[in-house]
Amino acid sequence: MVSFDFTYHRPSSIEEAVQLFASLQRQGKTPIYYSGGTEIITLSRLNLVFADAVIDIKHIPECQSFDISQNQLVLGTALTLTAIEETNAFPLLAKAASEIADRTARNQITLGGNICGQIFYRETVLPLLLVDSDIVIAGKSGVQQRPIHEVFQQSIQLQPGEFLVQVKMNAAYLTMPHVHMKRRKQGKVGYPLVTVSALKKGNELRTAFSGVCPFPFRSPKVEEMLNARHLPIDARIDYALQQLPEPILDDIEGSAEYRLFVLKNTLWDILTELEEAER
Amino acid sequence: MSSSSKCEIPLTVNGEKYSVIARQADTLLFVLRNHLGLTGAKPGCLNGDCGACTVLMDKTPIKSCMILAIEAIGKSVTTIEGLRDAPIQRAFVEHFAFQCGYCTPGFIMNAHALVESTPNASEPIIEKWLESNVCRCTSYFEIEQAVKSVLAEKQASKD
Ligand SMILES: Cc1cc2nc3c(=O)[nH]c(=O)nc-3n(C[C@H](O)[C@H](O)[C@H](O)COP(=O)(O)OP(=O)(O)OC[C@H]3O[C@@H](n4cnc5c(N)ncnc54)[C@H](O)[C@@H]3O)c2cc1C
Ligand code: FES
Ligand code: FES
Repeated sequence: MVSFDFTYHRPSSIEEAVQLFASLQRQGKTPIYYSGGTEIITLSRLNLVFADAVIDIKHIPECQSFDISQNQLVLGTALTLTAIEETNAFPLLAKAASEIADRTARNQITLGGNICGQIFYRETVLPLLLVDSDIVIAGKSGVQQRPIHEVFQQSIQLQPGEFLVQVKMNAAYLTMPHVHMKRRKQGKVGYPLVTVSALKKGNELRTAFSGVCPFPFRSPKVEEMLNARHLPIDARIDYALQQLPEPILDDIEGSAEYRLFVLKNTLWDILTELEEAER
Repeated sequence: MSSSSKCEIPLTVNGEKYSVIARQADTLLFVLRNHLGLTGAKPGCLNGDCGACTVLMDKTPIKSCMILAIEAIGKSVTTIEGLRDAPIQRAFVEHFAFQCGYCTPGFIMNAHALVESTPNASEPIIEKWLESNVCRCTSYFEIEQAVKSVLAEKQASKD
């Protein structure tokens, strides 16, 4: 039950959505883009979201696109996590999507919603950071394509009225060796204690994390340590963990000590799996 | 869409056409129960966690507590009231797959979608689908048996 009222708008083109946002704002309203809607509805019950107009982007054809060519994969941000999993065009992203929430919720949660949501795990971002993807953003100044590293810094950085239309990635990355490990405190559904995605590009190991800090991240310093192959694995992990961008999370899902213990073991499993595969 | 918060929402539920005057911010669960009197879908957590509110939209299970009724325009919604002696309903009875029954409509809708869409579902697929629903009376073993019995019947009738 949403405790406040809003008007619902269903644009069928990018231009219409952007214009709607601007005109609602001119009328003094607080509009919000609406994709799967699951976070907007559930957090509004807790007064953590407010809007008096929602703009549903699911009916914009570009937001539903799924195009794979020799060079590039294009995913619309309104694709559900189930669609990402079942089409399996990018197996690492499919795996990350398949571990979020539960099967029924994934029929509703969208890629764009997971990237832009307040709930800070945003686990689909991890594979997208690893493959240096580009994000297509629509706004007042038209449609632009920007590197994810520029527009995603802990959370999505958008100007008012902008929304994510698509995510694009170089097809060469899609088949590179990879591992995705999500560790929960218990059960097989729900938020992570820690999640690590890893991808090997040639000899270079790339890693991205969720649940470690209150935002997903990829860190050049952490990767430099994990790639210091002249050192034994446990030393590489110890040095890498000294390079985390913020002190490790300490909350109801898990204490900092417990998270650190699980993270160390997860990194160990990932490094051995990816490096053993070389032999 | 009109700028007042209430509007007319045409819905197709269990094959019947309805038109309700509801808030644009009303969830499908609220409209099903409070406007259409279809109380089979249950409010549980209202947070997307328990699955008690599960209904089908164009044959896909969704949690009706976290979707707006207005989003269902042009779609076909099926609630537990729309199932008439479906194999999974019989199987729940035969396998004693409930105790208090509060989670049952949600489980049945999800399991019905599973057996209809994936008649050759493997053990991990069954597990993955059923993880979407919570049974506080812990009837999980019996529920799984009920689902497997319908899948086995489907296999047998194919062979
Ligand atoms: C039961 C449940 C379990 C969950 N478990 C996990 C989990 O394990 N891991 C995890 O990472 N997350 C998890 N989540 C969080 C979920 O991924 C986010 O809440 C996500 O935002 C939901 O996506 P949505 O499409 O429904 O978003 P919406 O509710 O539509 O939107 C969420 C926010 O993103 C904005 N937004 C949406 N799309 C766009 C866009 N294209 N451009 C710009 N802004 C946009 C909206 O304005 C809004 O602020 C869970 C959520 C639920 C309900
Ligand atoms: S009431 Fe909808 S998931 Fe619990
Ligand atoms: S039978 Fe009581 S909650 Fe499942």
